[in-house]
Amino acid sequence: MTSSAPSSAISPAPRAQHPELAPLTNIDVERIRNDFPVLHQTVNGHPLTYLDSGATSQNPISVMEAEQEYYEQRNAAVHRGAHTLAVEATEAFEAAREKVAAFVGAQTDEIVWTSNATEAINLVAYSFSNASLGLGGPAARRFSLGAGDEIVVTEMEHHANLIPWQQLALRTGATLRYIPVLDDGTLDLIAAADVVGPHTRLLAFTHGSNVTGTINPVAELVALARKFGALVVLDACQTVPHLPVDVTALDVDFAVFSGHKMLGPTGIGALYGKAELLAGMPPFLTGGSMITTVDMEKAEFLAPPQRFEAGTQRISQAIALAAAVDYLSETGMRRVHDWEAQLGQRLVSGLAEIPGVRLLGPGLGVERLGLAAFDVAGVHAHDVGQFLDDAGIAVRVGHHCAQPLHRRLGVTASTRASTYLYNTTDEVDLFLATLAEVAPFFGVTR
Amino acid sequence: MSDLQQLYQTIILEHSKARHGSGDLAPLADAVALGAASCLRVAESHQINTSCGDEVTLRVSLGSDDETVTELVWTGDGCSISQASASILTDTLRGLSATEARALLDNFREMLRSRGKIEPDEEILGDAAAFGGVSRYPARVKCAMLPWVAFEAALLGAELIEAESH
Repeated sequence: MTSSAPSSAISPAPRAQHPELAPLTNIDVERIRNDFPVLHQTVNGHPLTYLDSGATSQNPISVMEAEQEYYEQRNAAVHRGAHTLAVEATEAFEAAREKVAAFVGAQTDEIVWTSNATEAINLVAYSFSNASLGLGGPAARRFSLGAGDEIVVTEMEHHANLIPWQQLALRTGATLRYIPVLDDGTLDLIAAADVVGPHTRLLAFTHGSNVTGTINPVAELVALARKFGALVVLDACQTVPHLPVDVTALDVDFAVFSGHKMLGPTGIGALYGKAELLAGMPPFLTGGSMITTVDMEKAEFLAPPQRFEAGTQRISQAIALAAAVDYLSETGMRRVHDWEAQLGQRLVSGLAEIPGVRLLGPGLGVERLGLAAFDVAGVHAHDVGQFLDDAGIAVRVGHHCAQPLHRRLGVTASTRASTYLYNTTDEVDLFLATLAEVAPFFGVTR
Repeated sequence: MSDLQQLYQTIILEHSKARHGSGDLAPLADAVALGAASCLRVAESHQINTSCGDEVTLRVSLGSDDETVTELVWTGDGCSISQASASILTDTLRGLSATEARALLDNFREMLRSRGKIEPDEEILGDAAAFGGVSRYPARVKCAMLPWVAFEAALLGAELIEAESH
């Protein structure tokens, strides 16, 4: 048994000679695509063009093999039992934590496994909630909220980074405030300086918007929070999969991300928390595997991260996520970022040429993720998506779990094309050409 | 005709723009009082498709004595299928008795849920038969049904007004 076993099935395809130096090209991407069986199929009589990785990404063979290998060779409950399989499963599970931690610049014990980013945010919110009830003793006092305290979010948040804070405010009597969004879909940083103040205890914001593709100025917002001693929660769901992220360098207190958006399986995500903070936090979910001694009346809890991992864990998913991290690391996150930035700009410039299409978020030349959400005048997003699907093109339609942001930008729904390392420029061009046919088909003339 | 043209028949695209019966709804309490003065029971239902956000609010005026659906007005926002469906619904059901309207609704629902197996009966459904193509797109059946579900709930609401007054 070696701890690297789960990643042994990495395909050689993305290993370029000098991954740090040579930017990805369409030729590299064609090779990458060979590692993703799901991409090679026909949908409605057309080759699948998958432009919905912002919602969920596809899995390379190595990720699926890692999961299968685990079940075929070492399936056992972790952190309990002394038999060989249990030991091997525990080692592989913890090796996965080490790998994912290193991938985001964290210490191993600073990564808590969760089902997804939503659960990770709820973990933090409920830990604050429990601290507000007095649980966790003096060490947890800094997480205690009450009337007069303020939680600050932004108007561009995914519902996952909004509703848990709304609910936390309702449970504790704290007030929820938000940093507004400007017409171009970026944060109003002048207003932010007024919203964040001496009563702010927590500032939660997204690193990159799943709608506008905007990348928020983390350093500036962290500095603002630090001025008032507020803790910072970063929703990194749209950035950890797509660009190099170092949570320690970003100096955030907490960060969350989901495995299924970064070539991994569903059912696994992670919470990053600074070690000294996790150490003082009371648990959210409680039960087996997170305790030291248990009486009928009370229990003592393990140190983080186990304190926050009650019950049998998502073992195969964690191991498969580590294989996804291997795949991304071997491709090179800088190269992934640069390729997607190119696709993002191609999307934006192409959308600008289609009559009646209004891009949500920053325009051409401004840094953005490799995605674009837009409105087609006179055609509802659901109909746009249906037309594209008929051509084998998968996009997301609706409010993308960001109703307040859509309302702010004056639309109820939008269509979003989101790319990943396996999308070619030809796919972006096909999408743009097909989109140009939408308004004429629906009889919208301009 | 391609599948897409079957789904988006011309009549559907036309209704999605014409929006028959759509307009600003006066406050419900006012409409109820006004209706009561002219022997009409007025009720409405708001339906939302949580998967895509399509919305329809449909208001029914039901005769107090003769059970006739005398008026249907609605407001809404959403895809062409849901909005055209509301428009065609008002044309199709206005003037029918509550019993006739329910029978037509049942036929419409059965056809939509058949995954393309039941050919729409134009004799019964009239223009609503144009939604036959939708039944092959399970994800869109909810869109087409949205105003009809609102009608069903509003009709029941109007009938309950009678129950209360007796």
